[in-house]
Amino acid sequence: MTQSTTGISQRDRAEADFKPSTSRRHALDWAFAVLVFIATMTGLVVLAVLLVDIAVDGVPRLSWGFINSFPSSFPENAGVYPALLGSLFLLLLIALLSVPVGVGAAIYLEEYAPDNWLTRIIEINISNLAGVPSIIYGLLGLALFVNYLGPITGGKSVLSGALTLTLLILPIIIIATREALRAIPDTVREGGFALGATRWEVVRSHLLPMALPGALTGTILALSRAIGEAAPLIVVGAATYITFAPDSPFSEYSALPIQIFSWISQPQEGFQIDAAAGIVVLMAVLILANSFAIWLRNRYQRRT
Amino acid sequence: MWRRDSRGRKLRQRIIKALLMACAYLSVLTTFGIVFVLIFETINFFREVSIVEFLTSTRWSPAFTDPQFGIIVLICGTFLTTFVAIAFAVPVGLLAAIFLSEYASARLRRWLKPALEILAGVPTVVYGYFALTFVTPFLQATIFPSLQIFNALSAGLVMGVMIIPTVASVSEDAIYAVPRALREGAYALGATRREVATRIVIPAALSGIVASVILGISRAVGETMIVAIAAGNLANLTLNPFKSVQTMTAFIVQVASGDTATGTLTFNTIFAVGMTLFVITLILNFISYWFVRRYREIYE
Repeated sequence: MTQSTTGISQRDRAEADFKPSTSRRHALDWAFAVLVFIATMTGLVVLAVLLVDIAVDGVPRLSWGFINSFPSSFPENAGVYPALLGSLFLLLLIALLSVPVGVGAAIYLEEYAPDNWLTRIIEINISNLAGVPSIIYGLLGLALFVNYLGPITGGKSVLSGALTLTLLILPIIIIATREALRAIPDTVREGGFALGATRWEVVRSHLLPMALPGALTGTILALSRAIGEAAPLIVVGAATYITFAPDSPFSEYSALPIQIFSWISQPQEGFQIDAAAGIVVLMAVLILANSFAIWLRNRYQRRT
Repeated sequence: MWRRDSRGRKLRQRIIKALLMACAYLSVLTTFGIVFVLIFETINFFREVSIVEFLTSTRWSPAFTDPQFGIIVLICGTFLTTFVAIAFAVPVGLLAAIFLSEYASARLRRWLKPALEILAGVPTVVYGYFALTFVTPFLQATIFPSLQIFNALSAGLVMGVMIIPTVASVSEDAIYAVPRALREGAYALGATRREVATRIVIPAALSGIVASVILGISRAVGETMIVAIAAGNLANLTLNPFKSVQTMTAFIVQVASGDTATGTLTFNTIFAVGMTLFVITLILNFISYWFVRRYREIYE
């Protein structure tokens, strides 16, 4: 084995520079592993503290009277009844408005749309809309639904609020449904076409039922986002102090997050406790909605 | 029984396609609606307030008898809370992404990812309540006794918690896209797990990580209820996080919670502020989109 002198000297220099210092590196590695673990747990610990804090503040205040009463200027008499009904009314209207439109848009983009610049613009537009702050939707709703279309929507009505929140969550529903449709293998479509089915027949009989679990999960996540939103509703004029439950799409309304915000803004201690109890009710509605989503998804997944 | 009936079927096909198309185009209409409404009302605003004052004045007092409209004050408040949120969420979110992709077992990951996602699903009024009634008193009692009741620090920190999943999941997608071969090459050269993560994986996923940070900034800039509840509503031109500030979003909420008649100057002001907010988030979203596309081009 012969090596040139320059080669040897280079190797010698490299060996002189190279310090494996394994013990130091392994100690650093151990510290880093602890650090990344702590970082991951930070969020979860804060979440746990938040839930416990709210439960401690709010659960003792919960009673049938709290669920069943109207807001009051006395914190101990106040309740969430109109706000809870307002939120449920909103939920119903938003679901009726957003599901057909969102699923329809997803079907068009995934199954019908030609692959051209116009389609790409719609796609970029939808992902951009998903990033627009919710309060901007509130401004759109205030100008469009409350003012320009006031005579049709009834101004500051449940309908205006529902339309605003529908626009807010449409991108989420469209994106989720498209992903569910994309996951279906092309052989399903080709099989349908080979039997002479039209595109719509294939969509209705095969693609929609198969995409249902994914689309439903996305939709319910979107709906629970809508139920928790306060900012756009404040802008489109949800009321904070209301003494009746909404009875038509055109009536005035309040909603749980708005009621909670209003209580938080009061200086008296008692209203802070009401706010915490209101949050417990809101979280209970959200947990119910999400459990329903999981149940539905499991049920449909078993069938297909 | 079976009928071909091609004319009826064709017509139905066309109607259905047109209906579905209308649904998809609604999203474009929404964008046009937002842009039109904001521009229209902002023009009305600038009929009464000079654009120079809007951009250069250092006071924001629209409700005073001598109203001043210096948007810089609200931008400064927004910047301050966003800065606190990002300073907290980026290291925590990025390290969590590293843990999830490089350290956690597949089973642990399946549990941890959805658990972290819950943080993004908690309603923001709930975070606002938490910031005001727990975080601020906690910080006052422990580290910062001079903290005001309404302050940028608590609002920013809690906003940071809300943004953790955004930073973590977008970063993790980028980290996941780094080819295995790069990691294996580094391990073969004797690198430790930390060295692979910090010297190989992070640089390779950098553009995706930057995208996640910009997306997080965009979320923080647009976040409303946390700052409206916990940061107070004093339009201070300050960079002191212990003080109360007003953000662009909090101003819109403050005005909208009161009774404001259509067409008044105050009414137009919230649209001018909304326009500023919309332009800022739009630019941030585009930069983030551009970064995500760039890293995709490298590894696909």
